[in-house]
Amino acid sequence: MEKFISHTGTVLPLRRTNVDTDQIIPAVYLKRVTKSGFEDGLFSAWRSDPEFVMNKPEHKGATILVAGADFGTGSSREHAVWALQNYGFKVVLSSRFADIFRGNSQKAGLLTVIIPQEKIEVLWAAVEVNPSLEVSVDLDAKNVRFADEVIGFEIDDYTRWRLMEGLDDIGLTLKNIADVDAFEEKRPSFKPQTLPARS
Amino acid sequence: MGKTLSEKIWADHVVRSAAGEPDLLYIDLHLIHEVTSPQAFDGLRLAGRKVRRPDLTIATEDHNTPTLNIDKPIADPVSKLQIDTLRNNAKEFGIRIHSLGDIDQGIVHVVGPQLGITQPGMTIVCGDSHTSTHGAFGALAFGIGTSQVEHVLATQTLPQSKPKTMAINVDGTLKPGVTSKDIILAIIAQIGTGGGQGYVLEYRGSAIRALSMEARMTICNMSIEAGARAGLIAPDEKTFEYLKSKPHAPQGADWDAAVEYWKTLNSDADARFDHEITLKAEDISPFITWGTNPGQGAPLDGKVPNPADIADVEDRGAAERALEYMGLTAGTPFKEIAIDTVFLGSCTNGRIEDLRSAAQILKGQKIAPKLRMLVVPGSARVRLQAEAEGLDKVFLDFGAEWRQAGCSMCLGMNPDQLTVGERSASTSNRNFEGRQGKGGRTHLVSPLVAAATAIRGTLSSPADLN
Repeated sequence: MEKFISHTGTVLPLRRTNVDTDQIIPAVYLKRVTKSGFEDGLFSAWRSDPEFVMNKPEHKGATILVAGADFGTGSSREHAVWALQNYGFKVVLSSRFADIFRGNSQKAGLLTVIIPQEKIEVLWAAVEVNPSLEVSVDLDAKNVRFADEVIGFEIDDYTRWRLMEGLDDIGLTLKNIADVDAFEEKRPSFKPQTLPARS
Repeated sequence: MGKTLSEKIWADHVVRSAAGEPDLLYIDLHLIHEVTSPQAFDGLRLAGRKVRRPDLTIATEDHNTPTLNIDKPIADPVSKLQIDTLRNNAKEFGIRIHSLGDIDQGIVHVVGPQLGITQPGMTIVCGDSHTSTHGAFGALAFGIGTSQVEHVLATQTLPQSKPKTMAINVDGTLKPGVTSKDIILAIIAQIGTGGGQGYVLEYRGSAIRALSMEARMTICNMSIEAGARAGLIAPDEKTFEYLKSKPHAPQGADWDAAVEYWKTLNSDADARFDHEITLKAEDISPFITWGTNPGQGAPLDGKVPNPADIADVEDRGAAERALEYMGLTAGTPFKEIAIDTVFLGSCTNGRIEDLRSAAQILKGQKIAPKLRMLVVPGSARVRLQAEAEGLDKVFLDFGAEWRQAGCSMCLGMNPDQLTVGERSASTSNRNFEGRQGKGGRTHLVSPLVAAATAIRGTLSSPADLN
């Protein structure tokens, strides 16, 4: 996973709430067996409308997605995170994220930042006036900066450390694998096993 | 202070706990399917890692699979590659798999319970958000992404932050024609799609206790639609009875030890939940959704809401968009909405009781003109059971299609899809834009409402048939 310290880029303002993962990437695009190539499916139904914000030339190259509340609801598909990353997004800002999507993004290195809805509105309005507005998202300083605004955000120290170091969770767990061995020794015998198969 | 059920299960699975870090939880069962696993196996191969516990892992093919002509090769080459990839991965890593055509194949959340490998007090994960279904047995079960699938394959654990707890009390007696699907749709309409975010939901109260195991699964299944990763119900005699005859139920002395443990799995009287809500069972009536998220629901007796009446600005905007997408006009009585396709199936309502309850309504009736109905059992065994009871004949005589097991029209991934503008009454779990096919319009309903709708051609409950 790439390290994330801070990122500066332009914004795609997505004025919609409850953007579910079926919108981010419809199921029909989930058949690939790789983690790349999902950018074509990103918001594909909405992109078929030429008026959709993502199709506007002034937002080409945006790397920060700013969305309404409850972003990433529904399906657990991590393909939604990959699609956003494959397209070029580094950060998503919203006032509320669905739990599974947020967890997936933190595993895959896409930074999801929660800021209050009134600040989301301020940012949307600023970008709609000036689409080339540069916005910085600083994980080290835990703030979002643009124009004269500095908006602080919270993130738990452990996740922040992992993202800033670009650390792989599995590697971290394997350091403590002796604890897993010890736990397995004490598991009750009545716990089911899938093998040998009974039918 | 006592502990809630989910806190007890959590405590029993903590492998490692350190200040400032998430707890490392042991995972008792890992269910996998073709869509969210290929990249995880790739990750293992790249790192030279093995599957730590193939004996706690099981795979089925469900999302991508056709429900017709399953004896022939899968026509779509991309779908076929994904299925073949799962089969190859299962073989390479020594994982039990139930492939298309196998008697134990089916939707992953139907297969686990019917094999009896879903048991009380377990931690269960799957790369699928409807893993919450297994919470009906008093298990802590939740959906994960592909990175976490890889993590569980490699270590049989997951680092997790402890969720908050919410009690949802449903007391009283349900009216005739009201099902557990109506309960959960009513709950989601009340707390919203974000209401459960960060919580484990525990469904409690006399109306929940009165439900069958399969009806409980329907409720827990849709916990994620309220934003909660997991929802559960304390196990009781019904749970033990349901499990006893299942292939992987504990045997002999293990059974006695298991039951003794399972009986401790309930929230202590002095346990405190972080949040609590209460519904009266008598107040719940057949429920449907009118919008494009599962929180946009209302009693079937009502009318399409007027967005102008919605106080919250964001909710109003979302309702306006939803009505436009759904092609609905404010003020239209729901029962006047004409339906093109009825879908009976999915991990929410594709079990034998769901098929029985619909068949009872459909028996001796004829399908509404120009309407199509797909009946898709949740597993191959559900299909066989239904055929043994003659339900297939009821569906076919009625004019419905009787399909092979799979996720089918719940998600627009396999050949069963809605076309642009086509309107469904669906017993599945999500009414998102395009969920059942690009441009498709979904109304979520119970199996009873699905059946009555297929007879009348407009959204209806069995009471409307008299």
